[in-house]
Amino acid sequence: MATEIKPGEAYGFFTDTSVCIGCKACEVACKEWNQLPADDKGFLGESLDNTGELSGSTWRHVKFIDNVPDETMGEGNGKAFLLMSDVCKHCQHASCMDVCPTGAIIRTEFDTVFIQEDVCNGCRYCIAACPYDVIDIDDSRNVARKCTLCYDRLQGGMEPACAKACPTDSIQFGPLDELRDRAKRRHDQLQAQGIKEANLYGHDDEVYGGLNAFFLLMDKPEAYKLPNAANAVLPGRNNLPGYLGVFVSALLGLLGTVIALRERNRHAGEAPEPGEEGRR
Amino acid sequence: MTPFAEAQHFAGAPDWTWYILFYFFLAGLAGGTYFLATVLRYWGTPADEPVARLGFYAVLPATLICPILLTLDLSHPLRFWHMLVNTTPDEFGLNFNSGAPMSVGVWALLVASVFALVSFLDALVRDGKLRHPLARRLAAFLEGPAGKVWHVVGSAIFLFVAGYTGVLLAVSNQPIWSDSWALGGLFLASGLSGSAAVLMLLMTRYRRGAEASRGFLEIAERLFTMLELVLVAVLVLTLIDDGTVDEAFGWPWLLLWLVALAGTLPGLRGLVGDRLRVTAGGTVAVERTAAAWAVAPALILIGVFALRAAVIFSAQA
Repeated sequence: MATEIKPGEAYGFFTDTSVCIGCKACEVACKEWNQLPADDKGFLGESLDNTGELSGSTWRHVKFIDNVPDETMGEGNGKAFLLMSDVCKHCQHASCMDVCPTGAIIRTEFDTVFIQEDVCNGCRYCIAACPYDVIDIDDSRNVARKCTLCYDRLQGGMEPACAKACPTDSIQFGPLDELRDRAKRRHDQLQAQGIKEANLYGHDDEVYGGLNAFFLLMDKPEAYKLPNAANAVLPGRNNLPGYLGVFVSALLGLLGTVIALRERNRHAGEAPEPGEEGRR
Repeated sequence: MTPFAEAQHFAGAPDWTWYILFYFFLAGLAGGTYFLATVLRYWGTPADEPVARLGFYAVLPATLICPILLTLDLSHPLRFWHMLVNTTPDEFGLNFNSGAPMSVGVWALLVASVFALVSFLDALVRDGKLRHPLARRLAAFLEGPAGKVWHVVGSAIFLFVAGYTGVLLAVSNQPIWSDSWALGGLFLASGLSGSAAVLMLLMTRYRRGAEASRGFLEIAERLFTMLELVLVAVLVLTLIDDGTVDEAFGWPWLLLWLVALAGTLPGLRGLVGDRLRVTAGGTVAVERTAAAWAVAPALILIGVFALRAAVIFSAQA
């Protein structure tokens, strides 16, 4: 049944990586709907990945994490690839929003994080701040771009293109509360089947206050290049200590000038009169 | 082990390179020079006034180049004013995000430019090179206590401009930058050291008779160098704690760090050899060629530049 999309309600993605088959339909659907140019990266030579990374013109990226063990694993425990369709996480505590100096990054009526292209001036501070390497400059427009969670489709009552195209329901779209319930059930099901490595990432507030695009992972978050809960820190943590460092440095600099003036004046008093030096 | 002792960094590099490097360099020098010129004018002797004016002359062009560099670095330069004005539909107004050092810094730079311009005009009037009635009224106003207040406030803003650049880097999720809170203080200390060098260089060329100020600048530079070295040590300790010290000081960045440390040699040499004594050249005019006077300040300035280059480039490699 199609989800009814109402402004004022929080929406997001639940990506179940355990059923991702790496078909990249999400990448194609995203590119097509959002009219994003092809990256023309050629042959990367990195497993089945020919996109490389999220960028200003690639807002969905299927990661192929080569996890083939050197030794044969026991039956049922074999691992080949970890697959994950990566996307902007639409963090509740969004680092990009925190540092944006132009107010270009806003939270929409659907509780998603959106970059207003006509406001962004391409300072790239959001790129330095995003802990997931999601945002990049789109060279064709010279502004920062990323997944909008298909803001235009949501306004039209349609689910995002990637979720619509996903053939295995690895990418599920819906109201956050509903997605969280669904994710918990799936997690419990996998655990009951003995797949102990299955874990939820970003479903609660431990990581950046909660992610609107959260995941069921089949390994530790670090394996997918996602910071774990202990390392999911906001850039603003360095504001106060950084400015305090400047303040203390300024005070010590002031002290240095006072000492320098005093010493100079003391020595000037002891110094020979101008011209005397030359007579020696 | 601290909670961040194995910090993970998956953030992408913002490609802040040469424009930003030169901006950080000039912001540090402008900030420190305004401060030192103020100290020389209001707490020095009358013999220091020529160098104070020289400082105020130097600050304005450096300050005006800064926003040009920042604008050129934008991917969409014609929207530079979006830093100041919110163009979000229905939210039109001034932009200020206290949590974003870039936003705070842009405003600080704007206000600092006003201070730089006024002090520049004041110096021109005092030197008899500007006789416009408005400028003379401005200079007359700054003759009294108001001038002292003006320059003290201006110095505080300029010191902020010199130091916030380090905070701007720290408030991110980049390796190295976000692993230390010391960058702001370090950039300020290094900027002060470089500013003393700038004034020594400029007086060698333009104020040969103002040798009295050289003693102050030399001793101050030694002390700023000491502060800078302490903060480099703090930076190393914080990076060790987060496990990014190899990235920061690895090849080829080690070369830049060596150049940066070479820039501290004149100050270190002074500290070891003369401690806080003034050398002969710092009290009376002695015969030395301009080139000889320029060597140490030039080395210091190269070090100031290399320090910023090492920090900026190593984190984005």
